[in-house]
Amino acid sequence: MLLIRCPYCEEERPELEFRNAGEAHIARSANMAGESDDDFEKFFFIRSNPKGIIYERWRHMHGCARFFNAVRDTVTDKFVMTYKAGEPKPSKLPKNSNEVVAK
Amino acid sequence: MAKAAAKTAATASSSAERRPALAGRSTSATGVKVEVLPPAERMSLRAPEASLAALSKALGVTLPKAPKTSASKAGRTALWLGPDEWLVIDEAGKDPLADCAGVSALHSSVGVSHRNIAISVAGPAAEAAINSGCPQDLSLVAFPVGAGSRTILGKVEIVLLRTAEDAFRVECWRSFSDYVFTFLSEGARDAAG
Repeated sequence: MLLIRCPYCEEERPELEFRNAGEAHIARSANMAGESDDDFEKFFFIRSNPKGIIYERWRHMHGCARFFNAVRDTVTDKFVMTYKAGEPKPSKLPKNSNEVVAK
Repeated sequence: MAKAAAKTAATASSSAERRPALAGRSTSATGVKVEVLPPAERMSLRAPEASLAALSKALGVTLPKAPKTSASKAGRTALWLGPDEWLVIDEAGKDPLADCAGVSALHSSVGVSHRNIAISVAGPAAEAAINSGCPQDLSLVAFPVGAGSRTILGKVEIVLLRTAEDAFRVECWRSFSDYVFTFLSEGARDAAG
């Protein structure tokens, strides 16, 4: 079973307690009504779907119930790191997940 | 339709009797006993950091701030469920809602006494019985006495509290109680075997 570190519970918990909530860091326009159709389509439908590192929102549904962000590798399914909701996208990723646990 | 509804309501009020789900049910296997606990007062509490001191004072128990912990005093237990969420269980018959009513600091307290039922799982094999459906690490190192957490058992959400080295309190929604009790009974049998 995959273990996911919840930044609010400050420990690794089994994946069954979590739920994926789509891609992270998608900024909602402050003036939604003024968006062009193309821009709205990009915001609403178009996702990056990369092969490799992806930034996602996750929710600790059956735990503290908080949303947080996670960096995951879509090829290996390995979680690189997790951080609290609202925090900026990390500019540098740790080399391995052990560093994150130590932090 | 309206007539039928009125009739049902009248019947219900003339025989207002609480029927706790699964009351008194218990099952034993070698090394573990699964037992439905008597009803208790329960409250779901949401509050920001700034209100905690006032609420703790009113409740008579210090609301824990660390993840996966609980605090207990005089039959009343407060479990940390999330950064701004607690479950308060009172087994002494005093209503925590009434105690919070006088607090002016921002908070939301909702009575959930009859939403949940509690099941006790006790004995040397209690840990194994719960782990038959709960994926969390329940060793004493990771889940010491007093540790509490919302988690899952099989397909449903539970709140788990370790009351002693070999005893747990499992809280679940009453509509799931039959499933949870049966699951734990089967888990107990497996753990014993």
